Amino acid sequence: MQQIPWEVMLILLPLAGAMACFLWPRRTLLFGLISALGVGGCVAGLGWRLLEQGAQRYAVGGWGAPLGIDLYADGLSLLMLIITALVGLGVSIYSIGYFERRQAILFWPLWLLLWSALNALFLSADIFNLYVTLELLGLAAVALVALAGGANALTAAMRYLLVNMLASLCYLLGVALLYHNFGSVDIAILAQRVEASPAVWAAMGLMSAGLLLKSALFPLHFWLPPAHASAPAPVSALLSALVVKASFYILLRLWLEIFPQTGAAPGQLLGVLGAAAVLWGGIQALRQTRLKLLIAYSTVAQLGYLFLAFPLGSSFAWKGSLYLLLSHALAKAAMFMAAGNILRFCGHDRIADLDRVAQRLPVTMIAFSVAGVSIVGLPPSGGFIGKWMLLEAALRAGQWWWVIPLILGGLLAAAYIFKVIGYAFTQAGVLRQTNKVPMSMEWAALALALAALLLGLVALWPLSLMEIGLPFGGSEVDAIQRAEQS
Amino acid sequence: MSAVLLYALTGAGLFTLGLYALIIHAHLLRKILAINVMGSGVFLILVALGGRTAGAVPDVVPHAMVITGIVVAVSATALALALVLRVQAATGRAELPEEPLE
Amino acid sequence: MRSAGRRWHYLLFRWALMLLLLAVAVGLGYALLSLPQQAVGLSEQVSANMATSGVQNPVTAVLLNFRGYDTLLEMAVLLVALLGVWSLGSAEVHRKIDPEPVLSLLVGGLAPMMILMAGYLLWAGTNTPGGAFQAGSVLAAAGILLLLSSKRFPVRLMGWPLRVVLLLGLGTFAAVGMTLLFVSGGFLQYPSSLAGAFILFIEAAATLSIGVTLAALFLGGRPQAGPYR
Repeated sequence: MQQIPWEVMLILLPLAGAMACFLWPRRTLLFGLISALGVGGCVAGLGWRLLEQGAQRYAVGGWGAPLGIDLYADGLSLLMLIITALVGLGVSIYSIGYFERRQAILFWPLWLLLWSALNALFLSADIFNLYVTLELLGLAAVALVALAGGANALTAAMRYLLVNMLASLCYLLGVALLYHNFGSVDIAILAQRVEASPAVWAAMGLMSAGLLLKSALFPLHFWLPPAHASAPAPVSALLSALVVKASFYILLRLWLEIFPQTGAAPGQLLGVLGAAAVLWGGIQALRQTRLKLLIAYSTVAQLGYLFLAFPLGSSFAWKGSLYLLLSHALAKAAMFMAAGNILRFCGHDRIADLDRVAQRLPVTMIAFSVAGVSIVGLPPSGGFIGKWMLLEAALRAGQWWWVIPLILGGLLAAAYIFKVIGYAFTQAGVLRQTNKVPMSMEWAALALALAALLLGLVALWPLSLMEIGLPFGGSEVDAIQRAEQS
Repeated sequence: MSAVLLYALTGAGLFTLGLYALIIHAHLLRKILAINVMGSGVFLILVALGGRTAGAVPDVVPHAMVITGIVVAVSATALALALVLRVQAATGRAELPEEPLE
Repeated sequence: MRSAGRRWHYLLFRWALMLLLLAVAVGLGYALLSLPQQAVGLSEQVSANMATSGVQNPVTAVLLNFRGYDTLLEMAVLLVALLGVWSLGSAEVHRKIDPEPVLSLLVGGLAPMMILMAGYLLWAGTNTPGGAFQAGSVLAAAGILLLLSSKRFPVRLMGWPLRVVLLLGLGTFAAVGMTLLFVSGGFLQYPSSLAGAFILFIEAAATLSIGVTLAALFLGGRPQAGPYR
């Protein structure tokens, strides 16, 4: 008996769960939770395999690249799958209490299809297959935003869909150029064959533009705040934590493997845009009067940090960026869930009218604050480790100016987080009727927030996972230990 | 200039033309049409460049990719059109507001 | 009325955009011209493996066999689009059109022909151009014609029978892929002697699903019966 192909299970299990939910709408909860737990098990299985045997390649249909499609799993994909499973589990539990039946029967199949698309994306080694997974992901995300109903959500979903379609086409045109230049769509084969040519430059520009639009890098972030703020809370959590990271992941893969010899200038540009995103997003977040919009702008800022690794280009910088990505995924999911609880409790999310939420909804407020620690980047959170690594990478590369957005961004984040916490303790002028918040919703948010905090305490473990298959090049264990001690 | 390149360059033209229309026009139906024109440009490039084989038989892999792309485009367009109707019903206009949210 | 200043801005923006996109087009054209004049792509690998693919039409071989996994995900894309449309609300009822007698008569004659045509396209796809997507589109066109002529589908079919048909393609594809995992040891790895039969089986199911999904997308909302009402 050969090995169990965990990669394939990770894609098919949520797909099967989605179909079961669609076929038996009365049993959505059962099928949804079984799928969520099953995916968790498959991720563990794949992780174990990777630890024992190193990076894995799986030829779908037995053909193998370039004719067939390959799945590929290394430390980078494994960490993305793990974080997806963790956030996914949290969101699944949160959604039990959040949705009424009418919405639940559509939420569950869509969410499981989204999960399947995410897993397929993180496992794909084929740039055309990545296009299909991107489209699956994008359409599922748009549908989930529209699920909220109402004029705001519908226009946000419309804008989001147009942006997604445009971005996908740019990406696809890049795929066409690469295929017709080098005769393959497999990332590893392309990495061997690629050499600088006008077509490669055009492909890099088009694919990067499309992926940056989907990752909402400043100034292409205009669609994100309305979409993330008007979606149902568990959907906002998924979008901010995972969906924007998926396109960033593809960008990372392309820049690490296919486009490394394009010189330093494009990387510097991405770094500048990232720094601008950190400052602009932070200032906008501070100016918001609605909680969900504040958190959405915070996502714009936090995404900016991830791009600071591009001008640095060292394996240490990539790891720092990835570490920030992981901790942001957990913390932001927790934060949107907490916002959802507050919205449910108060019936609104106007920050100035938060009436003693801290006293009356303590678990939620603790979750929000703990997640805030990681967003600001204070020790001992995962956000701290990521920022520290980026800081050290910047100083080591002699590019000290990247330290400025890192520090200013942290101060801005502290300001907007404390603004919310401050209002949560005070009494508002007008007292309103409040609604009950299910316990599962409060504790799911807290669990994810604590996971983000925990990520700062067990840093060596995820950092050693990043070494599997060496996606970032060389190993620098000594430097990691230094970061851990400080 | 070979016919293959003529088709491919036409595809590039369609792509940029569609992009222009997508940005300039406010009406959502026009935006969706513009994106479909862009898509046709991309598909044209994909298929046309498959004809650079020496023999009469073209490279079929891009053909299959285009079929996949068309199905994806149809799905997205269908969702977009349904959304336009709902946006119009909810806001009274088939356009996106200049300033999102309040 | 747009003020003169705003009008100026708009014109300036238009011209700047035009210039920018012209530059993009020129760059893109340059990139296309720089591509090698001759390229075989994957055509050699495709023809070398046609004998074991189970079909004679190379496009079908790529779609359903060599890159079948893409097609599997694409069936999921169709399902997502449908769920997206359903999440917007119920299909509108107020647009009841009274079909003209000509339309009614035409549809009555055309629809059976189109269904027959879809069957032929599906069968032909194994060795000539054609296949599940072409067949599915024709099927969908027949369905849309029927909807336009206000032919009513029985309410009892709008519940789980509709959902079964919608899932048939994706479900069959995934189930066959999984079964092959146990039979031949690889996901979607057909044994070459049975590849043709498996592919036709999947395509038949996919044709039905594609046709019904596209027609259901045309409705623009949830059906008015069943749990999704």
